[in-house]
Amino acid sequence: MAVALVLLLVAVASVLFHIYSPWWWTPIASNWRYIDDTINLTFWITGAVFCAVIAFMAYCVFRFHHKEGRRAAYNPENKKLEWWLSIVTAVGVAAMLAPGLVVWHQFVTVPDDATDVEVVGQQWMWSYRLPGKDGRLGTSDARLISSDNPLGLNPNDRNGQDDIVIQSDDLHLPVGKPVKVLLRSIDVLHDFYVPEFRAKMDMIPGSVTYYWFTPTRTGTFDVLCAELCGVAHAQMRSRVVVQEAKEYHAWLERQRTFAELSGQHDVAKAAYRTGSE
Amino acid sequence: MVDIPFDEVAGIPPAEVGEVELYHPHSWWTRYVFSQDAKVIAVQYSITAMSIGMVALVLSWMMRLQLGFPGTFSFIDANQYLQFITMHGMIMVIYLLTALFLGGFGNYLIPLMVGARDMVFPYVNMLSYWVYLLAVLVLVATFFVPGGPTGAGWTLYPPQAILSGTPGQDWGIVLMLASLILFIIGFTMGGLNYVVTVLQARTRGMTLMRMPLTVWGIFTATVMALLAFPALFVASVMLLLDRLLGTSFFMPTLVEMGQLTKYGGGSPILFQHLFWFFGHPEVYIVALPAFGIISDLISVHARKNIFGYRMMVWAIVAIGALSFVVWAHHMYVSGMNPYFGFFFATTTLIIAIPTAIKVYNWVLTLWRGDIHLTVPMLFALAFIITFVNGGLTGLFLGNVVVDVPLSDTMFVVAHFHMVMGIAPIMAVFGGIYHWYPKVTGRMLNEALGRFHFWVTFIGAYAVFFPMHYLGLLGMPRRYHDIGETTFVPASAHDLNAFMSVAALIVGFAQLVFLFNLIWSLFKGKEAGSNPWGAASLEWQTPETPPGHGNWGKDLPIVYRWAYDYSVPGAAGDFVPQNEPPAGLATQGAHP
Repeated sequence: MAVALVLLLVAVASVLFHIYSPWWWTPIASNWRYIDDTINLTFWITGAVFCAVIAFMAYCVFRFHHKEGRRAAYNPENKKLEWWLSIVTAVGVAAMLAPGLVVWHQFVTVPDDATDVEVVGQQWMWSYRLPGKDGRLGTSDARLISSDNPLGLNPNDRNGQDDIVIQSDDLHLPVGKPVKVLLRSIDVLHDFYVPEFRAKMDMIPGSVTYYWFTPTRTGTFDVLCAELCGVAHAQMRSRVVVQEAKEYHAWLERQRTFAELSGQHDVAKAAYRTGSE
Repeated sequence: MVDIPFDEVAGIPPAEVGEVELYHPHSWWTRYVFSQDAKVIAVQYSITAMSIGMVALVLSWMMRLQLGFPGTFSFIDANQYLQFITMHGMIMVIYLLTALFLGGFGNYLIPLMVGARDMVFPYVNMLSYWVYLLAVLVLVATFFVPGGPTGAGWTLYPPQAILSGTPGQDWGIVLMLASLILFIIGFTMGGLNYVVTVLQARTRGMTLMRMPLTVWGIFTATVMALLAFPALFVASVMLLLDRLLGTSFFMPTLVEMGQLTKYGGGSPILFQHLFWFFGHPEVYIVALPAFGIISDLISVHARKNIFGYRMMVWAIVAIGALSFVVWAHHMYVSGMNPYFGFFFATTTLIIAIPTAIKVYNWVLTLWRGDIHLTVPMLFALAFIITFVNGGLTGLFLGNVVVDVPLSDTMFVVAHFHMVMGIAPIMAVFGGIYHWYPKVTGRMLNEALGRFHFWVTFIGAYAVFFPMHYLGLLGMPRRYHDIGETTFVPASAHDLNAFMSVAALIVGFAQLVFLFNLIWSLFKGKEAGSNPWGAASLEWQTPETPPGHGNWGKDLPIVYRWAYDYSVPGAAGDFVPQNEPPAGLATQGAHP
């Protein structure tokens, strides 16, 4: 039966495509291997169901297609069978959901030793801010944004003076150190997306979102924007360079702080203000 | 399997209320244009929806040309690409599928399937269509205003939807929101009709548990739509106020092109919650009528009762209810409180269980059937394959942590096209091939139908199945050109080109379908009143096409469910719903 055969071929072709296609996820560069594992598990379970349903359907079409004198059976329902199928389905669903929720719990639980790194999105470029020697990021406010202060950092916040500001350049991270990325946007929605890290999160003007990960191998990775942000959305690119600790610190030394960028005059003024308060 | 004889009730309750006087048309205008007859309104809805759907189809060609052959076509730039995806999505989801399933199939089938003479509020029903048409015209107008239609994506997320940097920021977004508001007003008028007709105007003997599943699907979808669309309505009004009057419902303090705006204090996430509170039920508003139609097609063309009717009804109702508590699975990476993920992943995966039951019961209906591989049956089989495929990838995206790498990639595009694009369209086509003989009195051409089926099914599958793998690769959606990356191999561009060619072929196959619709209207084989030998009530009308008032002098009386096929001991292989059981004298309409 041609139709039954084509139905079966659709299933077979899908499985073969899955096995042999050269298009698969990029080699992972973060600690989120569990996410990949959960996807693989889901592929196995759903793939089995897909093949079973189509094979059964194709068999029915092959075996019960209309012939002279055939008469269909009359069976309105079969409670037992329906309950068994429901229970088996529930078990299959639980087998995917349970590991998923366990990994999600890890995803939302930021380790205490994670370093804060701020990523700021704006149409259509990325900027980064790293805490200075004090290990703390200063506060920011969109109302402070001006041509002198494009990220809206608070000049009166002492914690912010030694923050390292990186504009129109790559972000560098040390390998093996957990990072909590704090995501901020100053205009529309963006999404900080590095395919190799597997994690992503939208950035929303007016609030700070976050996720955490640990880079697990050195290399240079593309940063893309994954939330539609206007006409140049596709061109909003940057790079993350993951390096060994020594090279990373050498790079860090060369970066300029917020105080250096805003000039000595502003720093003096700020110091005066905070001193008088 | 155990055979349970289905209900066969000897006594039929007497009519509780007398018949209502119908509005009778007096001229060509009130008969065919400003008609209050649900059947005419259904055809008007269907033609309008399919016409605007053709616009969306052409837009999809433009998108595929750009994705398959970036930089080749000078008439497509980044601005236009965003406008194309936005309008394509909005038209297909709302102005085509919602309008066609509820306004088209709903209007035609509900009164005929439940044995009513018309919808209960014919005048409001007529208004519903004209407001819908106005909504479509306002939508079309956005193509001709300065700046063109909005390019904010069909989700219209603020802030970018109303700020410069997004195409259509001047006029496009304003008209888009106005059109949505009109659509919802029009839909509400029609939707109230469908619900009240099902609840109040069923003929004697047509209990709720004897209704065909098509009616159950459309009825439940309409109830859901009446509850979900208001969320979109208020979101549209508030966004319009933000855009026109400078309010800040969805707008925090932000910078527009380097300049601080006057906005402040609003929440972009609030819009997303409102949008998806509508948007997720919307998926099932499209899916449930398709479920119902497919159940009926499979049963009729396999000459076998639908397996597990009661479970099917409860599954529809359960899916309808559950779909209101899963909306934030569209927002796992939106920046909402990440702890919501636990709740919404759980509810989302639970919904897989009633959905799976429906799939099992469809294929179990085929088991030991007498399967006629007619064109409607072929579309039903293709529906099952594409729906199962798309439903299963939903288990990836619904499982919160798996969604993190896959969201906003082509995997999502592939998933929702398979599950709420291709699958419902298969149900639409199957339904049209199935009911066209009742609407026109003529059969659609079988050979053209088969050609249309194979090209559409195989072609659409070839477009969307491989697309998942581009998403796995990490290719983001809504990119007009992926450009230079380190992780997308050159072979991915070849795959994109292949998908584009397949999409163009599928698109052209729809012209064959349109030709068939028109050609068969005049040259099609005479259908007779019941060409498929179907048991449900719409095939038992005294005239084909059914006349005004549907049932001639007396309303039908229903004695059985809609699925008495191949009943042991019965003479033919089906027993119409209005055929009295043996031994019961035929009753008059007014005993």
